[in-house]
Amino acid sequence: MHEAATTPVHYLWLIPLFPALGVVFNAFIGPRLGKSAISVVAPAAVGAAFLTGCYAFSTLLQLPPGSALVQQVYPWITAGTLQVDVAFRIDALSAVMVLIVSGVGFLIHVYSVGYMAHDPSFARYFTYLNLFTLAMLTLVLADNLPLLFVGWEGVGLCSYLLIGFWYTVDANADAGKKAFIVNRIGDAGFLLGLFLLFWNLGSGAHSLSFGEISEHAKTIPSGTLTAIALLFFVGATGKSAQLPLYVWLPDAMAGPTPVSALIHAATMVTAGVYMIARLHVLYLLAPSALTVVATIGALTALFAATIGLLQNDIKKVLAYSTVSQLGYMFLGVGVGAFGAGIFHLMTHAFFKGLLFLGAGSVIHGMGGEQDMQKMGGLRHHMPITFWTFVFATIAITGIPGFAGFFSKDEILAQAFGSPHGSPWLWAIGFVAAGLTSFYMYRLLFLTFFGDCRADDRTRHHLHESPLTMTLPLMVLAVLSALGGYIHLPAFLEPVFGHEAGHIEATTEHLLMAASVAVALAGLGLAYLFYMVQPGLPMVLAYKAAGLYNLIYNKYWVDELYDALFVHPTVVVSTWLWRIFDVGVIDALVNGTAETVAANSGLWRRLQTGNLQQYAVSMLLGAVAILGYLAWR
Amino acid sequence: MTAVPISWYLILGAVLFTIGTLGVLIRRNVIVIFLSIEVMLNAVNLVFVSLSRHLHSMDGQVIVFFVMTVAAAEAAVGLAIIITVFRNRQTVNVDELNLLRW
Repeated sequence: MHEAATTPVHYLWLIPLFPALGVVFNAFIGPRLGKSAISVVAPAAVGAAFLTGCYAFSTLLQLPPGSALVQQVYPWITAGTLQVDVAFRIDALSAVMVLIVSGVGFLIHVYSVGYMAHDPSFARYFTYLNLFTLAMLTLVLADNLPLLFVGWEGVGLCSYLLIGFWYTVDANADAGKKAFIVNRIGDAGFLLGLFLLFWNLGSGAHSLSFGEISEHAKTIPSGTLTAIALLFFVGATGKSAQLPLYVWLPDAMAGPTPVSALIHAATMVTAGVYMIARLHVLYLLAPSALTVVATIGALTALFAATIGLLQNDIKKVLAYSTVSQLGYMFLGVGVGAFGAGIFHLMTHAFFKGLLFLGAGSVIHGMGGEQDMQKMGGLRHHMPITFWTFVFATIAITGIPGFAGFFSKDEILAQAFGSPHGSPWLWAIGFVAAGLTSFYMYRLLFLTFFGDCRADDRTRHHLHESPLTMTLPLMVLAVLSALGGYIHLPAFLEPVFGHEAGHIEATTEHLLMAASVAVALAGLGLAYLFYMVQPGLPMVLAYKAAGLYNLIYNKYWVDELYDALFVHPTVVVSTWLWRIFDVGVIDALVNGTAETVAANSGLWRRLQTGNLQQYAVSMLLGAVAILGYLAWR
Repeated sequence: MTAVPISWYLILGAVLFTIGTLGVLIRRNVIVIFLSIEVMLNAVNLVFVSLSRHLHSMDGQVIVFFVMTVAAAEAAVGLAIIITVFRNRQTVNVDELNLLRW
């Protein structure tokens, strides 16, 4: 496993260097050269990182399985027993992540050139996007936890910047802040986990590299290990939008749509899954933490899927879908099927990236409209967007042959059969799969089928997007269709060890048949509700008004958090401000100043400006001193 | 010829010093104040010289030279300042020169 050979190389630092150069260019030179220069440089920077990643990947493939390429760039922190290097590592896991991040990232950069063409802040947008790529590549390439944390915070920053990209609208700025603050909660957990881990590593110098952590993990008492694993998972729930910290992700849709695709679907939000897979040795030694991960993952998958059923904003549906699919990934890693989790991460990056880009293309064509109730019939107007969207929908709903089927099926099978899994976890995932299928086909039917419900002006404006936008769609459509045939779990086996569960072939086929059936059932139901009898959903909403309102209002979770955390914080802060800050601290400071001023007002009258009065004082002073000396 | 007792010199010095001090405190004209300061300095000089002779020590006389030098320098600088002040304010009365206050 980790003890396997590491090969030192010298070019890994180039992978994050290219986007870094892109950042510098876009921030300082780009605005002067204009959009055409930025349109070339920004995607090219990511493309260069992708090609370097491919080169590293091909080098890795020639080495025996389980090898890793490592580059120690320079010693970063040397303080006492803490000796952390800036060091990069490419093994099977990070190679896959690097290729996903830079590959999908490249496509989305290309797409953004078209999508953002009319935006006045073109240069700022690509600066942020390149900066994000830099941070995300640092995150996945890092050979130790502190460096991973740098990337982790970097992507959080870029997420904040890009959610609030159109900051002149208050709601967007608020969404950015919400994302940042909710992520802070998770990051606090991550940091505490890091401290606790370092504290328990024992005597001697520590680099906190993943190899070292894996070696030392066995010496840590299991209770502490569980605490460490859970704290890291708190970090993961923040970054990867799991219960109970998922609330920021739906609001994050305030950002430009390519950002939603890149950061809030394909890459950043999967960082938590990657981190847990990276620390799989810790988690395997703490089975109860693993159970928590799986349970939270499964519950999130179900919970978010139900909310997705009733959303009308096309991006909100996809956002809840992302939360739900991330839940699947955590279910996967939580039952010890790390390879399956990463496999789903990859296929999800393809099809969810595609779904968001497709939605962006729709929004672009509709002149900014995001409400599905005002769409419909778009398949005639935007054929390329439509067909690629169909591919992605088929992929996410798990219809056999497409990417999502393979990875989701792998996770569900492991949830059922792995020693860490249970039929309950499988059942939750199974129901969520049905819901996923329903809401995705609902989205597809509402958007692309039926009659166009847009107003005349929008309808005249309707157009297919330019080639820079449709080309990435087509590439991702191919990947969504064929991505499942890359059998990632087998490739990752040298990293994670053999997947835990062995499932009998008949059981596996039964499970497979069941998930296909539930996906088709979702399709059928969506077809019935939105194509055959469009009045039916309304009738049902009336019949089960309570349930409908509960789900339509997203279980009132935001309101609950408002009442539980935000409102008390505001009340206490206001009290501290009005009473304590103004009444005590300011009063102390001002009181001191006022006392001094009053005193000075009294004493300054001595300074009359009359020379002879001063002379008298001097004389009296001299006499007093002499008198004192004489009488002493 | 009988020597004048030392106390006479000291009393004369004290009287001169007091006259000078009163002049500084009472007179309004800067030039007169200036003269009064000279009187105070010379009263001190007188005491120094007398005690120097009385104690058979040259230290007092050395200091007198210092005082005279300083007084000469002071006269030069002081008079220059007074002239400048007069040019600006058309007065050398100290109670009218009271801008430097609160």
